[in-house]
Amino acid sequence: MTGTLALLFASSIDAGTAVALACLGLLVNERAGVINLGAEGMMLVGAIAGFATTVHTHDNLAGFAAGALAGAALALCFGVLAIWLNTNQYATGLAVSLFGMGVSAFVGVPYTQDSLGERTASAIPILSDLPWLGPALFRHHPLVYGAALLALGLHVWLFRARTGLVLRAIGESPETAHALGYPVQRIRFACVAAGGALCGLAGAYTSIIYTPLWVEGMTAGKGWIALALTTFATWRPLRALGGAYLFGGLTMLQLHLQGQGVNVPSQVLAMLPYVATVLVLVLISRNRGLLRANMPASIGKPFYPGA
Amino acid sequence: MVCLLPRASRRPTQLARRRSMFAPGLLSLAMLAGACKKDEPASYSTESKGPAPVAKGPLKVAFTYVGPVGDAGWTFAHDRGRQAAAEKYGSRIATSFVESVPESADAERVFRDLIDQGNQLIFGTTFGYMETMLKLAREFEDTRFEHATGYKTAKNLRTYDSRTYEGAYLAGVVAGSMTKSNVLGVVASIPIPEVIRNIDSFTLGAQSQKPEITTKVVWINRWFDPPKEGEAAQALINQGADVLLQNTDSSAVLQTAEKAGKLAFGWDSDMSKFGPNAHLASAIINWAPYYERAIGEALDGPWTTGQTWWGVKEGAIDLVSLSDKLPPEITAKVAELKAGLQAGTFSIWKGPIADQSGKAVLEAGAVADDEYLHGINFYIKGVEGTLPASK
Repeated sequence: MTGTLALLFASSIDAGTAVALACLGLLVNERAGVINLGAEGMMLVGAIAGFATTVHTHDNLAGFAAGALAGAALALCFGVLAIWLNTNQYATGLAVSLFGMGVSAFVGVPYTQDSLGERTASAIPILSDLPWLGPALFRHHPLVYGAALLALGLHVWLFRARTGLVLRAIGESPETAHALGYPVQRIRFACVAAGGALCGLAGAYTSIIYTPLWVEGMTAGKGWIALALTTFATWRPLRALGGAYLFGGLTMLQLHLQGQGVNVPSQVLAMLPYVATVLVLVLISRNRGLLRANMPASIGKPFYPGA
Repeated sequence: MVCLLPRASRRPTQLARRRSMFAPGLLSLAMLAGACKKDEPASYSTESKGPAPVAKGPLKVAFTYVGPVGDAGWTFAHDRGRQAAAEKYGSRIATSFVESVPESADAERVFRDLIDQGNQLIFGTTFGYMETMLKLAREFEDTRFEHATGYKTAKNLRTYDSRTYEGAYLAGVVAGSMTKSNVLGVVASIPIPEVIRNIDSFTLGAQSQKPEITTKVVWINRWFDPPKEGEAAQALINQGADVLLQNTDSSAVLQTAEKAGKLAFGWDSDMSKFGPNAHLASAIINWAPYYERAIGEALDGPWTTGQTWWGVKEGAIDLVSLSDKLPPEITAKVAELKAGLQAGTFSIWKGPIADQSGKAVLEAGAVADDEYLHGINFYIKGVEGTLPASK
C-alpha cells in the first residue's frame, strides 16, 4: 500500500508539471501587468513544435527548445498587439488561444501517426533506490525538477532581487515605473516572451515526455487551468507550484480511486480548479486591502507611455 | 500502415463527444468550422441501378465523419475504408466526405447539403446521427442511408457495426498468458454496452488461460484524450496491473506501459511502433470489406435494409502484429481461435459465465445471441469495481 502511495505521489508531480511550467510563465506576465489568455494556444503550438522537432532530430533537448521558441513567437504576436498597439488584452489573448489551437492542428496533421520510439524512464542513481522516497521523488524527468527549481528561483527573484521589484512595480503602477525611467513596454514585452516560452515548454513537455505523441488539442485545457491557477496562487510562484501539484494529485487520485472500486465523477474534478479560483477571487476581492496586497494593480490595463 | 480503427460505437448517451476535450467549450467549435470536403476524381459514367434516382454518371457516395480524418482513430479508419472502396470501384463511383461534423443540429444541415448535391448513398459514422438520419431517410426516400453503430432502420436506412469484443477476447488470451501479477488493467471510455462487453470479453479471454486473473477498470469518460488515457494507465500500473488494454483511441496507454516497463495492446489500429517493447498485439477493425460490399450492392443491387455486425469471420476484426515475445503455443492458440471464429465453431460468450456476485448470467452450454450481446450491462466475475451509472 505504501508503494502505491509513493507511486500516486510521483504521478501527481508528473501530472502537475506541465501546468506548473505554464502557470509560472503566466505569473511572470501578470506580475508585469499583462494578462495573456492565449496560454492554451501557446502550449499547443509548443507541443507540436517540440514534437515535430523531436521526430526529426531524435533529440529531446532540441524539441524543448523548439517548443519554447514557438510559444515565445506566438506570445510576441500577442505582445506586439497588446503592448505596442494597446489592443484589448483579453480579446487579443483569446484570439491568440484560438489561433494557436487552429494552427497547431493544421501543422500537426502529418504528425498524428508519428512515434518517438523507445522511451526510457529517468532515475537519479542511488537516491532512486531509497525505499518510498526513491519511487516518489527521484524517478522523474529532469524537467520536472527544473519546474520546481524555476518556481523557487522566481520566488527569490521577484521578492528578493531589485530587478524583480522593478517587474512588480511595473505591474502595480506602470506610470510610476515609467516616470522613474524604466522602459515599461520593453520590459513587458520581454515578460510576455518569457511567459510564452514557458507555456511552449510546458506544451513540449506534454507532447515529448508526458504523453509522447501528437494529437490536436492534446493539452486538453491545461492552459486554462494554469491561467486559473495564477489567481488561485495569488500570483506567488511557490503557491503556483503547490497548486499545480495539487491539481495533478486530484486528477490522479480520481483515477486511483476508480481502480480501488470507488467512483468519483471526473466532471466534478474538472470543475475544481475553476471553482477554487472563483473562491479565491471572492475571498481576496472582499477586502480592498487584501486585493491590493495580492493582485497586480495594473493587470489587463493598457499603458500609454506618452499620456 | 495498417488500417486504423474505430472507436467503439456511440450510444445515445455518450454526448461526451470526442471533441469536448478541447478546453472549455466554445473554443473547440471554432476550430471545427470549415469542415472540409474533398472529391475523388471521377470521370466517366456508369448507370447506377436500383430504385434510386437513376442519374447519369458515377454513383455519388458521401461520408459524414464526426472527427477529423487526421484523428488517427475512428474517423481515420473509416476514411481508409472509403479509400479502399473508391479504389475498388474506380470511375463507377464518386466519393466525398465531410469531416468534423458534430452530433448536433449541424449534422442535419450537412446531410441535407449532401442530399442536395445529388448523393445517392450516404454513410454516417457516429451513433449520434441516428435520429437525424432516420428523419431524413423518411423525407428522402430515394436516397440510401447507412448508419454506423446505430440500431434504428428504415426502408432506405440500414446499420453496420464491428464485433470489437472478438478482438478484445483474443487480446485477453494473450494477456492471460503474459501477466505475472495476475492483475490486468483496462482504460475504458464511456460506460455503454459495447465497452462493457469488451472489458468482459478481455477478462474472459484472460481467464481462459488463468482462471484467477482479475481486471481493474478506470473510466475516463472520453473517447479520445491521450494525456488522460496515459494518466489512467499509470494509475492502473501503480495498482499492480502489468498488462493493459484500452477502449479509447490513442496510443497513450501503450506508450505509458512502455515507459513503465509493462505490457499493453494496440487498439483500433496497429500500434506496434508506439511501444516496441510493451506491444503484445493490436486488435484492429477494418471497415473496407463492409464499404466495398455496401457500395457494390448500391451499384449492382440488391441493396436491402437490415443490420450488419461483422467480426473476425468477415475480416472486419483481427488481432495483428503479435509480439515475438509470446510463447509459440499462445500464438498458435490465437490462430486456432481465429479459425474457430471464422468457421463459426467457437463462441466467446458461451456458458457457464457468472457475474460479479457469482450469479450465472449464462448457463453452462448456453451461447449468447446478438440480442444478448447487445444488452450486456454487467461486469463478469473477475472484473473489479462497480460500473459507473450509465448516463
